Amino acid sequence: MTEWLNPLVLMANFVLVPGLVYGAQLALGALGITLVFGILRFSNFAHGDTMAFGTMITILMTWLLQSWGVSLGPLPTALLALPIGIFLTILFLLATDRLVYRHYRDVRAKPITFLMASIGIMFMMNGLIRFIIGPGEQIFLDGDRFLMKAREFKKLTGLDEGLGIRTSQVLTVVVAVVLVILLFWFLQRTKTGKAMRAYSDNETLARLSGIDPERVVKITWIIAAGLAAIAGVLYGLDKSFKPFTYFQLLLPMFAAAIVGGLGKPIGAIVGGFIIAFSEVMLTYAYKKVGRYLLPEEWQPDGLLQLLSTDYKFAISFVILVVVLLVRPTGIFKGKVV
Amino acid sequence: MRAFIAFVIMAALLAAVWHIQSPTVALGMLNLCLISAVMALGVNIQWGYAGLFNVGIMGFAALGGVAAVLVSKAPVAEAWSAGGSQIGLTALCFLGTITATTFAHRKTKGRRGHFLIVMLVAVIGYIATRHFYGPAVDAIESVDPGKTGYLGGLGLPIMVSWIVGGLFAAGAAWLVGQIALGLRADYLAIATLGISEIIVAVLKNEDWLTRGVKNVTGLPRPVPYEVDLQQSAWFREKVEAFAAEKLTSLSGAAREEALAGLITEYSGLFVKLCYAGLFAIVLIVILTLCVLALNSPWGRMIRAIRDNEIAAEAMGKDVKGRHLQIFVLGSAVVGIAGAMLATLDGQFTPGTYQPLRFTFLIWVMVVVGGSGNNLGAVIGGFFIWFLWVEAEPAGTWLINLLTSGMAETNWLRLHLIDNAQHMRVFVMGLVLLLVMRFTPGGILPERVKAR
Amino acid sequence: MLLSGENMTGGYGGADILKSCSIGVERGEIAVIVGPNGAGKSTAMKALLGMLDLREGSVRLDGKDISSLSPQARIAEGIGFVPQTENVFTGMTVEENLEMGAYLRGDDIAETIEQIYGLFPILKEKRRQAAGELSGGQRQQVAVGRAMMTRPSVLMLDEPTAGVSPIVMDELFDRIIEVRNTGVAVLMVEQNARQALEIADRGYVLVTGENRFTDTGEALLADAEVRKSFLGG
Repeated sequence: MTEWLNPLVLMANFVLVPGLVYGAQLALGALGITLVFGILRFSNFAHGDTMAFGTMITILMTWLLQSWGVSLGPLPTALLALPIGIFLTILFLLATDRLVYRHYRDVRAKPITFLMASIGIMFMMNGLIRFIIGPGEQIFLDGDRFLMKAREFKKLTGLDEGLGIRTSQVLTVVVAVVLVILLFWFLQRTKTGKAMRAYSDNETLARLSGIDPERVVKITWIIAAGLAAIAGVLYGLDKSFKPFTYFQLLLPMFAAAIVGGLGKPIGAIVGGFIIAFSEVMLTYAYKKVGRYLLPEEWQPDGLLQLLSTDYKFAISFVILVVVLLVRPTGIFKGKVV
Repeated sequence: MRAFIAFVIMAALLAAVWHIQSPTVALGMLNLCLISAVMALGVNIQWGYAGLFNVGIMGFAALGGVAAVLVSKAPVAEAWSAGGSQIGLTALCFLGTITATTFAHRKTKGRRGHFLIVMLVAVIGYIATRHFYGPAVDAIESVDPGKTGYLGGLGLPIMVSWIVGGLFAAGAAWLVGQIALGLRADYLAIATLGISEIIVAVLKNEDWLTRGVKNVTGLPRPVPYEVDLQQSAWFREKVEAFAAEKLTSLSGAAREEALAGLITEYSGLFVKLCYAGLFAIVLIVILTLCVLALNSPWGRMIRAIRDNEIAAEAMGKDVKGRHLQIFVLGSAVVGIAGAMLATLDGQFTPGTYQPLRFTFLIWVMVVVGGSGNNLGAVIGGFFIWFLWVEAEPAGTWLINLLTSGMAETNWLRLHLIDNAQHMRVFVMGLVLLLVMRFTPGGILPERVKAR
Repeated sequence: MLLSGENMTGGYGGADILKSCSIGVERGEIAVIVGPNGAGKSTAMKALLGMLDLREGSVRLDGKDISSLSPQARIAEGIGFVPQTENVFTGMTVEENLEMGAYLRGDDIAETIEQIYGLFPILKEKRRQAAGELSGGQRQQVAVGRAMMTRPSVLMLDEPTAGVSPIVMDELFDRIIEVRNTGVAVLMVEQNARQALEIADRGYVLVTGENRFTDTGEALLADAEVRKSFLGG
């Protein structure tokens, strides 16, 4: 019995849980990208930095709260600071829309012009973030680090392998599930949400039906900003905050959105988990699992790692390439033109 | 005319740096301006001529950089004997895997079990490749890791690498182009972003090839070394003649001392000038080719495709083929510039390849200079590099001025001064947005319908 | 007349496409615009909807001048419009399509939806299905239903039978007659001139943006010259 349970727990600890958590983070980020694409019809290169921006505000607020001695007990203080982070991110994105993107909508610019403008905004946010909080790494997790320590798990079950569950991991999954349910309820059940879907589906007909494009666009930015700030904070709590890392998240997030089908919220979620699990599974060293499952004489010398973690971006990229070659619309038939 | 004025202003700016800061700074800046201009020309070929959006410039520049290492460094004989044969086998296995997988894909396409067979071939190939790769890497990297630990290069003159760098970048561009061209423009952007991250990751981690983050320093130069110049009688004579005025009033030991100082100073400047000369030649050659190409029937066709892809396709133009051509050519130019940059630095440091500096900054150059206009790309390269370098001291100065009312040790002041350098990134974004909005043509707009 | 465009002249910025063209439709009747390719049929309809700027002429709805209103405002005033292509939200269900048609309405729309289902029973059956999965004829019914959701007094259809089979065309025309019988004014542009004129109370033959013939559908079908030039004998 235990010879099977041990490797299973090992896999759960190092593959299943991290994959779920990372997948949830990517899914939230990719949702923002896919919504903006569906409504505004361009790939927003500033999304990684939007996440970093929201996280930065949250970190600053967390520090402030901490200096006042405020805390949430076992939960991270950042949760209290998050609403401010979301709020300022929303304001920032609405301001960029008003000052930059709206003009290009008015002149009916090509999508590529929007994309370039988003690069300009990415630059500005990047500079601002580095100016305010610096390019270095910040760890802002407080409260209880673990919900269950690997040691406790071992004691509880008597197994050799432990399953450790961190607070930030549970938080990520719970928040992601709640947000996704809320988002889908909004898109499927409310009039405004349906109007957003209608606008994404057929812009001309939506206008003819009296749907106000500017309002749809504003709501899209608000949702995208909220999702970005939350995704960024969850990622930062789970791992750490570093502006450049957030920029690099663009690639897996884009890959997730494209794999699922650009413009399709459900696709972004599925895509997020596909990318996350591929990354985690291909970069995990299976040596220890092999020790449980393989007979003595077959024990490998190496780590049994398919790909070094340094190449995790290659995984997103390869998946992206395969999808582009085989099914450019993605799993859920997103937009191509 | 407008171009002439722009270049005069640029020259004046550099002259101001020469006088206010120092000749060394000005020449150093000029060299990087020249390289930036070449890179911007490459991007302009892709974006300005054909509307191809490449966000992987960093990767192509890094390929140029690695070419400089692989061409110019002396081969490490021990490493070759330790792991050369195995690395060769690895390469064979790798290529074999790709060929076999492609073959399997073509042969079984549309049949049952297609996916399984292709996967099986790929997995077997992977295992075989890994079998040779692991020991080969261990063997090579254990050869004097402090100094070498890699295979070294071919020991050829470094200027050969400028061409090789271009070829490397062209090869990578060909691969990416096969996949991403012909799809929505955004996909090319995302695919190139991905390939550039991967290229840099490979260069950072494959120590046996590039020494990774341990860096390769001391690349041979195409120009003389300062030390050699300082000891050569020829250079001493030249300096004496050139600075005769300053030296006449002095004599004896004082004169010797002054002369020695001048020789040191001038040797540095002379080396920089040599570089500038080489880079300028490359820039002029590429610029001339670009101008000729853009005005040829080929160039007109490319622009016709850019302006109306559907019409061009309907007229029987091979749009995807042309785009691939353009993409490969532009990337090659970027690769050349990348090799020139590594040559100028005298080292290859994979850790310094940052997308902001190597991808997006080049973009700003092209857009600000004037997409579609070759001279525009050049002036954009000069001007934005100037701004990029000067924005840092200017920002620090500005912050100092703004916070001069605060105490020396005020934490906010210290923080602001510490981080002032990052404001230049902000400024670049602002410049890009302002130019896009208010002068979409850039400094030197493309001449449309002048024919 | 309920909806009328008088002496409409204008185009999309370049040369005039419409030259002093007049079109109108009365409550409870079907008016059809026919004519050769490039005659400005669809343009005339778009002018009524406000999708191009008129240099001269006016558009009146129920006696009120609506020439300066935007298309959205005209829809709010009671014009329903079914574009020729891409006239449904393919990714949304039939019922959601109808709901989007009523986007501007603030009151309860359940009753109107039931009326539409009464007119187009197949839609009730497929209410939970995505519009993009329906057949061409069913899609057109969704499109008409969507436009009817604002309870318009005038319904304009741009080539509703383009690309559907003759059987489906007959069924669509039957449905359109039912719509007319509810008291709505129906104005449509048609390529299938003969079949369209058969159900038309009023017909307009346009040539190069000008009115060539105007009469009842029956009279136009009987007119030898119209038959020879525009109906293929």
